[in-house]
Amino acid sequence: MPAKKKESADSVASATRVTAGATATAPRLAVRKTYKLFIGGAFPRSESGRTYVVADSKGQFVANAAQASRKDARDAVLAARAAFGKWSGATAYNKGQVVYRIAEMLEGRRDEFIALEVPAAEVDEAIDRLVWYAGWTDKLAQVVGGANPVAGPYFNLSSPEPSGVVAVVAPSAPTLLGLVSVIAPAIAAGNTVIVITDAPRVAITLAEVLATSDVPGGVVNILTGSAAEVAPWLASHSDVNGLDLTGLADAKLALELEQAAAETLKRVRRPAAAPDWSADPGLAPMTAYLETKTVWHPKGL
Amino acid sequence: MTATISPLSEVTRSDAALRTFLHGLPGVDRVGADARAAGLGTRSIKTTAKAWAIDLAIRMVDLTTLEGADTPGKVRALCAKARQPDPGDPTCPPVAAICVYPSMVPTAAEALRGSGIHLASVATAFPSGQAPLKVKLDDTRAAVAAGADEIDMVISRGAFLAGRYLEVFEEIVAIKEACGKAHLKVILETGELVTYDNVRRASWLAMLAGGDFIKTSTGKVAPAATLPVTLIMLEAVRDFLDTTGRQVGVKPAGGIRTTKDAIKYLVMVNEIAGERWLDPDWFRFGASTLLNDLLMQRTKLATGHYSGPDYFTLD
Amino acid sequence: MSAFEYAPAPESRSIVKLQPSYGLFINGEFVDGAGSFKTISPASEEVLAEVAEASTADVDRAVKAARRAYEDVWGSMPGRERAKYLFRIARIIAERSRELAVLESLNNGKPIKESRDVDVPLAAAHFFYYAGWADKLPYAVPGWKPADGHSGADPRPLGVAGQVIPWNFPLLMLAWKIAPALAAGNTVVLKPAETTPLTALLFAEICQQAELPPGVVNIVTGAGETGAAVVNHPDVDKVAFTGSTEVGRIIAKAVAGTNKKVTLELGGKAANIVFDDAAIDQAVEGIVNGIFFNQGHVCCAGSRLLVQESVADQLLESLKRRMATLRVGDPLDKNTDVGAINSAEQLSRIKALAEIGSAEGAERWSPACELPERGFWFAPTIFTGVSQAHRIAREEIFGPVLSVLTFRTPGEAVEKANNTPYGLSAGIWSEKGSRILAIADQLRAGVVWANTFNKFDPTSPFGGYKESGYGREGGRHGLEAYLAG
Repeated sequence: MPAKKKESADSVASATRVTAGATATAPRLAVRKTYKLFIGGAFPRSESGRTYVVADSKGQFVANAAQASRKDARDAVLAARAAFGKWSGATAYNKGQVVYRIAEMLEGRRDEFIALEVPAAEVDEAIDRLVWYAGWTDKLAQVVGGANPVAGPYFNLSSPEPSGVVAVVAPSAPTLLGLVSVIAPAIAAGNTVIVITDAPRVAITLAEVLATSDVPGGVVNILTGSAAEVAPWLASHSDVNGLDLTGLADAKLALELEQAAAETLKRVRRPAAAPDWSADPGLAPMTAYLETKTVWHPKGL
Repeated sequence: MTATISPLSEVTRSDAALRTFLHGLPGVDRVGADARAAGLGTRSIKTTAKAWAIDLAIRMVDLTTLEGADTPGKVRALCAKARQPDPGDPTCPPVAAICVYPSMVPTAAEALRGSGIHLASVATAFPSGQAPLKVKLDDTRAAVAAGADEIDMVISRGAFLAGRYLEVFEEIVAIKEACGKAHLKVILETGELVTYDNVRRASWLAMLAGGDFIKTSTGKVAPAATLPVTLIMLEAVRDFLDTTGRQVGVKPAGGIRTTKDAIKYLVMVNEIAGERWLDPDWFRFGASTLLNDLLMQRTKLATGHYSGPDYFTLD
Repeated sequence: MSAFEYAPAPESRSIVKLQPSYGLFINGEFVDGAGSFKTISPASEEVLAEVAEASTADVDRAVKAARRAYEDVWGSMPGRERAKYLFRIARIIAERSRELAVLESLNNGKPIKESRDVDVPLAAAHFFYYAGWADKLPYAVPGWKPADGHSGADPRPLGVAGQVIPWNFPLLMLAWKIAPALAAGNTVVLKPAETTPLTALLFAEICQQAELPPGVVNIVTGAGETGAAVVNHPDVDKVAFTGSTEVGRIIAKAVAGTNKKVTLELGGKAANIVFDDAAIDQAVEGIVNGIFFNQGHVCCAGSRLLVQESVADQLLESLKRRMATLRVGDPLDKNTDVGAINSAEQLSRIKALAEIGSAEGAERWSPACELPERGFWFAPTIFTGVSQAHRIAREEIFGPVLSVLTFRTPGEAVEKANNTPYGLSAGIWSEKGSRILAIADQLRAGVVWANTFNKFDPTSPFGGYKESGYGREGGRHGLEAYLAG
């Protein structure tokens, strides 16, 4: 697709370019984006002050991304926990609207992701996946919950409820579809998430989409940097309820994280053997972070 | 005690105050109450405990005949049975009382003279209670004058269900006054009140109005006495004693036919109201056929073999 | 001495034919184990039998037998045939219910009225319920699509399930584990608790009577090491554990990095919340049932009473009066309400925590009750004046000990109820429907009993949030845990 390649070459990260109508003598210097973290709806730098160099596919410098630290992870958990009550308590209809709004905003910024070397087809798939999950929020309870015909004079109903705060190691590739595939099911189910990713440009651009999509601050938190450094702090954090390792390729790290998560009995999704991010995800990405609550009440006059 | 009674007297000041009070009583969860009653019903009462319970149950029976076909002959026979339930066994205690219609009171009074057995009469346009107050009062006075020392009245269920609590209350107060020294048992007719919340409210209403006993049923409406309804009433008398210092008796009536059933009730009296109520002064069974089953079981315990109905008098 | 003194009403032991010793049940027959241990009646400390202790090698034999049965017979058997085996088992449990109940009370110490009216009938009901699922598996997995595209293909079982169960409901927990596993087409190796192996071994006989193919159910008795061998066996595909959170952590860690699917049903510290508009008499029953049912040896026990301050005095007075009528003693007596503590070890743990409660300043109360001299006993106990900071408000005591706390507003009740690492169950007592539903929404617990407590049913999913474990048992959810989605 040569047309797309051309767009890529025109990327926002290009150091200089001449714009029609500008005075010819002084080439305009492009304004670069600072890639920071996304915590509690804000874009802070890493408290550690650290950054790392991000290069494009040709090895060209494109940014100094924030490198998240243990304390950033801690802050992200606080933000995710603070957001959990309201988000989990929002109506299913409202959650569906918000997730759909993410799809709308992503559609609007389609070219921006393409410019970040995300294949157009992947962007489309990511948008469609958000739409799919948006429709799930108010159907899950009927599909995985329901009335239980107990042998006695009792009303008995099982309903799914979100597990809480879920820490996610995002897959390295595909960048956008991978991120959306791990974030959307968790939040559609009513959880709040902390995502660790090594694709800062796509992730933080997605964060900008989220920040303008009515997603309440703290529902999605994105830490850019090293999973090996940050994930263990989340896996062992007592206020994290779930750990999604489906996108993690490093088996040794995955084992350590699962072992750490065992300490507080977190719900863990293990690394997928051969992840196919374009396949129908099914219910598992949502049900993994859903609890079943069963309420009993007598029936009597 | 007066300190706790006086605020309670306030609650009968007006219909509104009485409604507020009765509807402020803790609710009853039907499923939970049924389960509690059923649980107590699984108690296994054996040997010495069973013998003790059977004799107590006999002493608690209000031997009852309330038929249009009642005659002096029938009533005299019943009184004879009340005095000596088991002619073959002098250790068998007499029953607590005979319960008859007002027209049969003179006959019964004569037949029971000197026995110490109480004479109860239903009154107040039993069983429906659908008569003017004056008729009910006359009914009551006549029964007492003829020798009844216990009056089993019916409440106006229609007024109760319509929410005219004060009317029901005042009627009981008036009947109580008409009773003079006779004890007043207030029949709630729980089968018509339907809900356990109503049973609890009616119990309190009857106790506030001065009833000496609260009684489940006339025996003319199904369901009559049930274990859960009696449970609610036993809780009410227990709580009323705690609140006012006055003890009120309980009488389940109708449908209690077997020793097994009677013992379940006694277990319930023991574990809900407490042993203060394990006394014919405070707990009665309104029954007729129950007595013979108690006698048969009593004989079985004493002799070790089962008895048969032909060995006990049919009255 | 009360006027109405109930005479002893013991259930006869003669229906149970205890053998002097029991082997392991592997591949359809009883075989010797590497070692043995004695199992006792906690009510009398009488030795009931000698039971084989399975070594790692014994467990390996059992897993191999289960694997063979899975591959040769059970995994490929049509669902409707598997169903009939399970229906048979349900029927035999019902037929032998009295024998099972007496044996359960003997070995566990629980009152016969509970084993007779709760444990055994529910165990039979679980087999009956899951039997009906065996030929309907595609309906158990929402969105199920056969991988090969052929409609009608069933979701696959996982293979061999390693199951480790606790001593508080020995037969019932066995049913919760084995019934869904078998319905889904798995075979099992089950380890009963060290102190309560006997009903599981009687169940092995029931499997023989039902002519269940050899190796489909294997029972390996033993202690913690035997359990670890089951959980850690490399050829086990599914681990199901009910027990302490402490052991749950060890298991979660042990299976990390493997392909084993896991269900953990762990501890709890349930709040039982009583609002001022509650049906007080039923609430008192619910509190008593919540904490004294099965001697409080219940993971979902309502061990923290949260009562609204405005009714606290009245409620506690009623509760104490009710507790005074609890009959503690011989588990086989049909009138016993509270039986024996299951083991000396558990008794000392309960005693230690109760001592801590007193030392921390909570006020301890028990009704006057005579405890037998031999055996392990603990009187029903409540602690009042407990605050969230007390250890008896935070740690699972797993005994007949209730910690009473108060609250002023619904918000405070929810906050205190959720202020625990556990999240298994909770109770709400109120006559106001909208309040019940709002509170139920806010409680972080897997089972919420409103105006009732400790109710169980095979159709009703059971399991916890947070450190109370993960996965559900019961209902369709419980079946799904034994299927490869």
